[in-house]
Amino acid sequence: MPAALRGLVPVLIAIAVLAVLQVLVGSSPFFVYLASIVGVNVVLAVSLNIVNGMTGQFSIGHAGFMAVGAYTAGKLSLLIKDLAISGLPGVVSDQVQFVGTLLAGGIAAAVCGFVVGLPSLRLRGDYLAIVTLGFGEIIRVIVQNLDLFGRALGLSGVPQTSSLFAVWFCVFLVTLVARRIVGSTHGRSLWAIREDEVAAEAMGVNTTGYKVRAFVISSFFAGVAGGLFAHFVPIINPGSFTFVKSIEVVVMVVAGGLGSTTGAIVAAVFLTLLPEALRTLFLQVGGLDTGASLAQKVDQIRMPVYGILLVILMLVRPQGLFGTREIWDLLPRWLPGTRRGLR
Amino acid sequence: MISDFAQHLINGVAAGTIYALVALGYTMVYGVLKLINFAHGDVMMVGTFLGYGVAQRLGPERQSTLWGVLLVFLAAMLGCAVLGFLIERFAYRPLRDKPRLTALITAIGISFTLSYGFQLDFGPLPGAAPRAFPEIIIPAEWLVIGDRAVVIWNWQVISLAIAIALMLMLQGLVYRTRFGRAMRAVSFDHRTAALMGIPVDRIIALTFMLGSALAAGAGILYAIKDTAIQPLMGLYVGLKAFVAAVIGGIGNVPGAVVGGLLLGLVEEFVVGYSSSSWRDAVAFGFLILVLLVRPGGLFGRVAAEKV
Amino acid sequence: MRFALAAVLTSCALALVGCEKKTSAPPPAPGGGPAAAPSSGGTPGIAGDTILIGEVGSLTGSEATFGISTRNGIELALREINAAGGVKGKKVDVRVYDDQSKPEEAANAATRLINQDQVLLILGEVASTNSIAMANKAQPAKVPMISNASTNPKVTEIGDYIFRVCFIDPFQGYVMAKFAHENLKFNRVAVLKDLASDYSQGLADVFKRKFTEMGGKVVGEETYAKGSTDFRSQLTAIKRLQPEGIYIPGYYTDIGVIARQARELGVNAKLMGGDGWDSAKLFELGGSAVEGNYFSNHYSPDDPNPRIQKFIADYKAAFGSVPDALAALGYDAAKVAADAMNRAPSLDRGAIRNAIAATRNFPGVTGTITLDEKRNATKPAVVLEVGKGKTRYVATIAP
Repeated sequence: MPAALRGLVPVLIAIAVLAVLQVLVGSSPFFVYLASIVGVNVVLAVSLNIVNGMTGQFSIGHAGFMAVGAYTAGKLSLLIKDLAISGLPGVVSDQVQFVGTLLAGGIAAAVCGFVVGLPSLRLRGDYLAIVTLGFGEIIRVIVQNLDLFGRALGLSGVPQTSSLFAVWFCVFLVTLVARRIVGSTHGRSLWAIREDEVAAEAMGVNTTGYKVRAFVISSFFAGVAGGLFAHFVPIINPGSFTFVKSIEVVVMVVAGGLGSTTGAIVAAVFLTLLPEALRTLFLQVGGLDTGASLAQKVDQIRMPVYGILLVILMLVRPQGLFGTREIWDLLPRWLPGTRRGLR
Repeated sequence: MISDFAQHLINGVAAGTIYALVALGYTMVYGVLKLINFAHGDVMMVGTFLGYGVAQRLGPERQSTLWGVLLVFLAAMLGCAVLGFLIERFAYRPLRDKPRLTALITAIGISFTLSYGFQLDFGPLPGAAPRAFPEIIIPAEWLVIGDRAVVIWNWQVISLAIAIALMLMLQGLVYRTRFGRAMRAVSFDHRTAALMGIPVDRIIALTFMLGSALAAGAGILYAIKDTAIQPLMGLYVGLKAFVAAVIGGIGNVPGAVVGGLLLGLVEEFVVGYSSSSWRDAVAFGFLILVLLVRPGGLFGRVAAEKV
Repeated sequence: MRFALAAVLTSCALALVGCEKKTSAPPPAPGGGPAAAPSSGGTPGIAGDTILIGEVGSLTGSEATFGISTRNGIELALREINAAGGVKGKKVDVRVYDDQSKPEEAANAATRLINQDQVLLILGEVASTNSIAMANKAQPAKVPMISNASTNPKVTEIGDYIFRVCFIDPFQGYVMAKFAHENLKFNRVAVLKDLASDYSQGLADVFKRKFTEMGGKVVGEETYAKGSTDFRSQLTAIKRLQPEGIYIPGYYTDIGVIARQARELGVNAKLMGGDGWDSAKLFELGGSAVEGNYFSNHYSPDDPNPRIQKFIADYKAAFGSVPDALAALGYDAAKVAADAMNRAPSLDRGAIRNAIAATRNFPGVTGTITLDEKRNATKPAVVLEVGKGKTRYVATIAP
């Protein structure tokens, strides 16, 4: 099979699997909603892993790029809500518009990534952290001031055209991109920068160029995640894109293992589902009466316990769940495309 | 008008000294540990609540005497020094050789535990509702200019005096004592400092305790100035103070003071003379401006990395 | 080994969430009209002799004080209802979820209440953004929702299953504009609004418009962000404009401090606000600086009406503090819901929805509640003056 076509096989398999999944569970609103939230977090974690994990940088403003993507895609969708592409059936036209807005959101976020990344990636690592943090805050203030984006109330009325298929296809895409990066010469350069930036520069790696590139790719996917978010949450406002959200994504990446895409995915899924699972647990265990107030107390204790768990996790297993390993390292040799040796 | 300008100046300096005191803690810890202690603002919050508790216990008459005020400050500062010691000993020391992102996550974990933990209302925990810090300095007008065009209050003067005293004490400590010299040595290169016989662990622990005590002092001054205290206050002030520390050049002690004062003044004047809706963006905008012109911060050095 | 651990963790998390999916009834078939939703295995919201309703609130995060007040009000109401025999002989129980002040969590909680817990109706939320998020899930699923304190008109516009028991911004903004112009005879007013709060922005916009229409002049507008504690630069800027009054439609958490700093800076203008001021904390945070100012509210605590006094006394006994507007509204929302459930011919969502819509002259603690055709509560507002540790009734302004 020619190499180009061989690359498409995973995509086709993914489409098939997701389509089946969509048909099976698509009519259960809670499951779809939860799966969408999980999916968005996975995209955020995997994309942040490209910068924080593979390139070893210190970006803690991911929610800012998510916000850019969400508002761009959402506003665009709102504007073209009453238009349709002639010649296509309604649903297909909606989905095409949806994809278009996602791309627009991603590109807008990527542009922001470039603008933020280029000057700051020349600075020392810790400074990138604070600049990305500041960027997130500035976006929040801008949105709060503009009627265009709904100010404090938020942007509502965005057509909710997202679906389980759409979100998880994006998850698949970002994982594919991450995996392809890791296995390529680009990835090797990024890894060199992560391990020892000075040595990499001495070896002829254009560190700034690669860092900015990684940053832009990561921001693009954060924007796409934001765009997806805007299309299944009925109203979006700056409160969903705070610095706390950025930290949550950073935690997912670090808990999973800095540099491990699989780790990012597992950590994102686990950490997003954990509060829901705890709620269920306490409701089942406690029954109706005590369960309700217990579940409520659990909701209140959630954040402090999360904090303590973070500290314990870092003390006990600082390299995260997976370290730098990937699940595909365990695949049998005879599967096509499996690499052995250096990543 | 001159009176507006003067009033804005007073406001800016008052806010700036608080930022400066908290920024000092950030910068000292960064200097010795190269760690951004995200939990610093929350340590300040704990100090404020400790002071609140002590003042409540003393009651309205005793809390406003000289001894009462001293007790409130001391209790808060000592309590936070202990807290700082515990945090450093159990959460940061084990991670000293690990990548800094790991320690950052730990700091974030502690920050969340403290701030959201204090929002719970079981037992001694205060709960989310804001409270009024008791008036440990009975307000009286100190200076009135014109027909109340500019008013300076006694507690503003006292707060400024206390802040300056604390900063001078710190200055003396860092530049004129053996401990200070040891601290600076550790911040240059902790391995060499260890070789020179400096007990690095102890110095770091003491630095932490000092920074936390300063934060507690700042917290009490903040509570005197703005009255309302609530568990999430540390997050907001901490972030601004951190920005101030970076503006001054993180790791640089005088830089933190200058950064704090500058930030307080810039925020005050920008908000006062142009639109107030962009206030939160001002701090970061100013930071980015400074970093573009001087990448190491105002007083920082961009050290070339030697291999 | 590590992969196995990860797999185990993930599947545990999935299983815990997925478990309940199997035990719940399939979602109601989309159908027209207010007909009941068909389901297999029991009517939604009723298990044996207990009725289950849902509540979403911000129990953590920056809005925690508001969510907790609301929860307390609802809890008190349910205790009273159950003590008096419940609704149609059945006990009413509430399932409360925290939304951390985020709209996506509010939508999540609403979806969970509707599909997993199968509640009969939902109470909440305070912030209009979160209510809109919830309403977008409740309306298509035809689950009645009563917001206790969301004031943006858009909330009830989402559909005929969404109600509220409080004023909407256009009315409350008008109330203070009228009071400032006609009672206080002000002609020059400045506005200080909370940029992070849609409630504050909404009230400020309406106030400015109405006050100008009545012939007054809004001399300036400044903003602050909820959570900040230093308002001196904005107040100094306002002082320069020499207004007679300042309209500050914010929450008591900030108002107390704003009042203090205003007096400290020598700003003598009278301060005015909305029902967000109503809380016992206002006196604690504001000290003597808040005295002599005015705000619009749903009810007056020194109203001798025994119903109101009993509510205040019971709340104090149960929670140790005087109720604020949010608690009172939460209480009324729960009582309106119970009243509708009693009046409804059958305990299904459609019938209850119709009963809620038919609420007329319901005796609530926040006023006599009648729901109009837009499903908003029409009731007069009172203007209170802040005194020493308590408020004093000044005027009533009708819609």
